[in-house]
Amino acid sequence: MAMKKDLLSITDFSKEEYLRILELAAEFEENPNQELLKGKVVASLFFEPSTRTRLSFETAISRLGGRIIGFADPDSSSSTKGETLHDTIKMVSNYADLIVMRHPLEGAARYAAEVSDVPVINAGDGANQHPTQTLLDMYSILKTQGTLDNINIFMVGDLKYGRTVHSLLQAMSEFENPIFNFIAPPNLKMPPGYLHHLQEKGIRYFEHEEFTDIISAADIIYMTRVQKERFADPIEYEKVKDVYILNNEMLKNTKPNMRILHPLPRVNEISTDVDANEKAYYFEQARNGIFAREAIISHVMNLK
Amino acid sequence: MEAKDNAKKKLKLKVSAIKEGTVIDHIPAKNLFKVINILGLDKIENQITFGTNLDSHKLGAKAIIKVSDVFFEDMEINKIALIAPHAKLNIIKDYEVVEKKIVETPDKITGIVKCFNPKCITNNEKITTCFKVIGKTPIALKCKYCEKITTEEQIRMI
Repeated sequence: MAMKKDLLSITDFSKEEYLRILELAAEFEENPNQELLKGKVVASLFFEPSTRTRLSFETAISRLGGRIIGFADPDSSSSTKGETLHDTIKMVSNYADLIVMRHPLEGAARYAAEVSDVPVINAGDGANQHPTQTLLDMYSILKTQGTLDNINIFMVGDLKYGRTVHSLLQAMSEFENPIFNFIAPPNLKMPPGYLHHLQEKGIRYFEHEEFTDIISAADIIYMTRVQKERFADPIEYEKVKDVYILNNEMLKNTKPNMRILHPLPRVNEISTDVDANEKAYYFEQARNGIFAREAIISHVMNLK
Repeated sequence: MEAKDNAKKKLKLKVSAIKEGTVIDHIPAKNLFKVINILGLDKIENQITFGTNLDSHKLGAKAIIKVSDVFFEDMEINKIALIAPHAKLNIIKDYEVVEKKIVETPDKITGIVKCFNPKCITNNEKITTCFKVIGKTPIALKCKYCEKITTEEQIRMI
């Protein structure tokens, strides 16, 4: 039997695999309903609630003609009875052809993949990885910019704890000549390990604290939420909470090809007056998630 | 000069010689029992002698272990590199040192160290830990599961 393919961490895939998945995603966007999972059962195991990600996956599975078993929150799973993750996965991998799982503990997906005989797709493991989000982000960049090379990406907000920005940085640094601009308060700056990764690859990056008209150079602005609970001192939070908010006025001098991405949910970091601007792309980005996930499922299960 | 040599000899003899086996020298005294644990010396029936809190220029206080009739595989002995990075091995045959070895930090560490991240699955379920060694001086270990890096100061043995 061939080795099974999982998607646990964005770095598990090569650049060629990224491109293959993005190519498949475009095919699924053309023709989303394909009965490739007909007769197959997919387990959707959400040990932590995440309505958006779960609905996106379950839509992708449904459009592929697969059937879904699973649970949407841990209260209805056997883990509340004290069953180990090991035993839950062992059991489910006997029932299903594919496991999609979200878990609050970091590394849970990789462990599940070791226990499971069927492929595992990580739908988020704590603050660690959320690789399907990264692939849908890349698909959104490719669709709006026509390429993944020479992209100037501005990442804004919580760059310290935000797993989506970390994975996107890792994935985009595989492409030609990216430029990264990081805009964050001092306590939420991009961690040194990721800056070191860029230095080693000879990739240009710039760090800023102020969110000003420097964004006129951007091809992509990737917004994240600055969360109150990340601040030990509430006064520090009060100081910065309104600094990293994007409003329509700020988009005046931005490039015509520039698009705004956000992993959602948004709170107030993008003013609603931006929504009508053609540069706002976050809702289409979420829609792209369906096609990216159909592509990822097809890739790990060798359906295409 | 002669007095110094004699003194040295006496120090050596604080732990008696073995006929066949392995001498592990230059273990930091505070980690002697951890080394015994990691190598499983508390579970074997061979003769073992050890000395601890011996004077050492390099380490301040060192420990030494002499195990009769045991010859370690490199992979096995390299497990102690995290807590005794300067350890030296003398392989003894018929009271003579026939080979000297130093420990080397392996590229992968399995099952000895705890991941420092409390939210890591390995700290919440019975799983053998596994780290890629991404730095040797100072030591930095990347957890295979949560992908977080445990630094030398954060290393805790299981």
